[in-house]
Amino acid sequence: MKFDLQQDFFSLFDLPANFQIDTSVLEQSYRALQAQVHPDKFTHLSEAERRLSVQWATRANEAYQTLRSPLNRARYLLSLHGVDTQEESNTAMPIDFLMQQMDWREALADAKQTKNTDALAEIEQQVQNMKRVLEQELARDLDNRHDFVAASGIVRKLKFIEKLAEEIASAFDELDN
Amino acid sequence: MALLQIAEPGLSAAPHQHRLSVGIDLGTTNSLVATVRNGISTVLKDIDGSALLPSVVRYTEDGKVHVGYTAQAVQSDDPQNTIISVKRFMGRGLKDVGDVGNLPYRFVEAASTGSGQATSTSSGQASGMLQLRTVAGVKSPVEVSAEILKVLRERAELSLGGELVGAVITVPAYFDDAQRQATKDAAKLAGLNVLRLLNEPTAAAIAYGLDNAAEGVYAVYDLGGGTFDISILKLSKGVFEVLATNGDSALGGDDFDHRIYCWILEKAGLSALGAHDTRLLLTHARTAKEQLTNHAQAQITAVLSGGELVDLALTREAFYAMTQNLVARTLQATRRALRDAKLAVLDIKGVVMVGGSTRMPQVQQAVGELFVQTPLNNLDPDKVVALGASIQANVLAGNRSADDWLLLDVTPLSLGIETMGGLVEKIIPRNSTIPTARAQEFTTYKDGQTAMSIHVLQGERELVSDCRSLAKFELRGIPAMVAGSARIRVTFQVDADGLLSVSARETGSGTEASIVVKPSYGLNNEEITRMLQDSSQHARDDMLARALREQQTEAGQLLEAVANALEQDGDALLDAAALARIRGSMDALHAVQHGNDHQAIKHAVEALNQVTTEFAQRRMDKSVTRALAGHKLSDLES
Repeated sequence: MKFDLQQDFFSLFDLPANFQIDTSVLEQSYRALQAQVHPDKFTHLSEAERRLSVQWATRANEAYQTLRSPLNRARYLLSLHGVDTQEESNTAMPIDFLMQQMDWREALADAKQTKNTDALAEIEQQVQNMKRVLEQELARDLDNRHDFVAASGIVRKLKFIEKLAEEIASAFDELDN
Repeated sequence: MALLQIAEPGLSAAPHQHRLSVGIDLGTTNSLVATVRNGISTVLKDIDGSALLPSVVRYTEDGKVHVGYTAQAVQSDDPQNTIISVKRFMGRGLKDVGDVGNLPYRFVEAASTGSGQATSTSSGQASGMLQLRTVAGVKSPVEVSAEILKVLRERAELSLGGELVGAVITVPAYFDDAQRQATKDAAKLAGLNVLRLLNEPTAAAIAYGLDNAAEGVYAVYDLGGGTFDISILKLSKGVFEVLATNGDSALGGDDFDHRIYCWILEKAGLSALGAHDTRLLLTHARTAKEQLTNHAQAQITAVLSGGELVDLALTREAFYAMTQNLVARTLQATRRALRDAKLAVLDIKGVVMVGGSTRMPQVQQAVGELFVQTPLNNLDPDKVVALGASIQANVLAGNRSADDWLLLDVTPLSLGIETMGGLVEKIIPRNSTIPTARAQEFTTYKDGQTAMSIHVLQGERELVSDCRSLAKFELRGIPAMVAGSARIRVTFQVDADGLLSVSARETGSGTEASIVVKPSYGLNNEEITRMLQDSSQHARDDMLARALREQQTEAGQLLEAVANALEQDGDALLDAAALARIRGSMDALHAVQHGNDHQAIKHAVEALNQVTTEFAQRRMDKSVTRALAGHKLSDLES
C-alpha cells in the first residue's frame, strides 16, 4: 500500500469508511501514527525530514479530529461520496424539530436569567439524548440504507444541536462568574 | 573471544555521543536550568550552590548587568533600573499592564512593530511591546529576559563542560502567540538554540508521570509568581495527551503580594509612594505572605524614606479574605478546562500542584475541596517544571531515552480573522492538538477589489475589540473581478511550539498571490539592529564566532543524521545513482565542515538537505506503514 498525504482519513488509520467505527481502534491507530511522525521525533534530523514530520503530524491531527467527532465524521463521509450537506443553503427543517429547538432556547434563556444551574443541567441532558438519537439515525442512513439525502438532513439537525450544546456550555461558564 | 557488536535498530552503531541539552524554566520570580545526566534529571546549581536564580535584572551606569541575588538585594535602592517579574511584560503593550501607576518603572510605549513582511503593510493598530527606560538605555522585556537566560546558559556550559546543542524553554500553557514569540526571541538573543517551547504544566506532568508510572487523567494546577495554568492530561502507555488547558497569564503570587501591599497602604493611611517605598513595601508584603504559610500571623515593620514607621500585624484570616477572589478565579478557569475536556471532577485521578504559590494553604485547601481529594505535592513545586523540560530536551537533542514516550499538546486560545462588522471568525478552535493547520476561503466584498486586509486575532470573544490582535497584513494583486467571485484561501498553521504562521492565496483566477506572515512582536529589524549596536565590539566578535560554531554543529548533526538514515534504509530505499548523489554531497560538506567559511558550510548544508528530500519522503512512508502494521499486529494479539 502506498501512503501519501492525499489519501482519505479512513484509510490513513486503516479503518473501513463507515459512520460506525471502533473509536478505540481509531485512538490506537492515531497514537501509533503520531509516535512515528510527531515533530518531537525529528528535531535532530535533517530539515527535509523535519518539514515532512510537521506535515504528517498536522495531517494525523486533522484526520483524528474529523473522525473522532460524529458530526464531522458524517459530514466527511458524505463529502467522500460527493454529497454536499447544504448546511448554509438548505434551511428547511421539520416543524416539530424547530418547535423543540425553540422550547430549549426559551428554557436556556430562563435558566440564565434565574441563574438556575439545575435547570441548565436538565436541558443539557435532554440535548445529549437528542444527540444520541440523531447519531443512531446517521448510522442507519449512512451504513445500512446508504440514504445520503436523509443523512444530510440529519447532519443539518446535528449541527443545530451542537451549536445549542456550545451555548449551554458557555451559559454554565457565565453562571460561574 | 571477541564478541561482535550489533546496534539496536534505529540507533547509530557509532559510540553514542551524549549531546548536551538543558531545560529552562524562565519564571516570573525565579528561573532554573536542569539537565539529564546519566539518565537522571537534575537542577544545575551556581557556584554558591544555589539552584534558583531570582528573575531580577539590574542595569548600572557603567554598562554592567547584574542578574539574580545581587540584583535582588538592591531592588529597593535602585527600583527604576532593577527589573523584577519581567515575564509579565513579555509580548505586552502598556495598555495590557493594569497597574502601571503602582510599578516603579519608567515605561516607554513602543511604536507598533507591525508584523508584516514582504508585500504586507503594517497598521498602527497592533501596538508594540512596552519598553523600559533604564540608566543603560531603553530595554525591551525580550532583552531583559535574555540576560536571565544568558546567565543560565553560562551556568549550564560551565557545569556540563561544553557547548549546548539546544534548550527546551518552558512557557505558561495559557501564553498567547505574542508571549511565546517574545520568549523564543529572548532565547535566541541569549545564544540558545530553542529545541522546543514547552508548556509548563505539561513539563510538570512529564516529570511527575515518568517518576510515578502514572496512568489515567490528571490535572496539573500551576500557580506561579505571575501566571496561572490548569491543564487536564490523559496519561496512557507513554503518551501524554493534553485534553484541555485554561488559565490566566496575568494572575500569580505577585497579585497576592499586591493585595497585601494595598492593605498596608490603607491601614497605614499612605498614598502616592515613591518608587523606593513602593518596592520596599512590596518586598515586605511578599515576606509576610510567605510567613503566613507556616504561621497564623505576620508582623510587617518598615521605615519609609520620609521616616514614617509602618508597623502592622496581618492575620491569616485577613489574608485569606483579601485574596479569596484571586483563588476563586483559578477555580473558575479549572472548571472551564474540565468542561472543555468533557470531564467531571470525579474523572480526575490526581491533581499535581506546581509553582511556588501553591504553597499557600488556602490554595491547597480550595483545590482539594474542588477535586474532592488531597492534591499531590510529592515533587518540589519550584523545580518540577525545569526537570520535566530537561527530560524532553534530552530526547529532542537526539539522546534516545530507554522509555520512549510521546507528548501531544494543544493550543490554548482560539485563532481567527476579522470579518465584516468587526466580528471574529474562528479558524482554529482552542484546545486543538498541535501541530495543526486549518484553511478557510473568503471572498471580495466589492466589484474590482484587488486587495484584501487580513487581520489575525487570538481569543475566545466574538468581537475583534475583545480579542488580541496578532498581525495585520494585506494581500495585494487580486485580479479585478465582480464582488464575491475571488477565492481567497487563508491558511493558519500552528507548529509544535504553539507558534502561528498565516498565509493567504488567491486561487479563483488561477493566478496566485501568496504571502506568509509570521507575527513578530517587539523584535522588528530596527530593534534587532539596535540591540546588536548596543552590544560592544567584543560581544559582536563573540556572536560571529558563535554563529560559525552553530553552523559547524548543525553540519555535524546533519551528517550524522544522514549517515544513520543511510545505514538503516540506504540500500533498501535508494538506487546506486541516488546513493552516489547523497554521498557526494556528504563529502562536500565534510570538506568544509571544520573550516572558517560560514557561507560555504551553509551552502553545503543546504545542498545536502536538497538531495536528501526524496529519501526523507520514502523513509517517512516506511515509518507510517510500520506504525499501522504494528497496530494491526496488536489487534491480532488482543
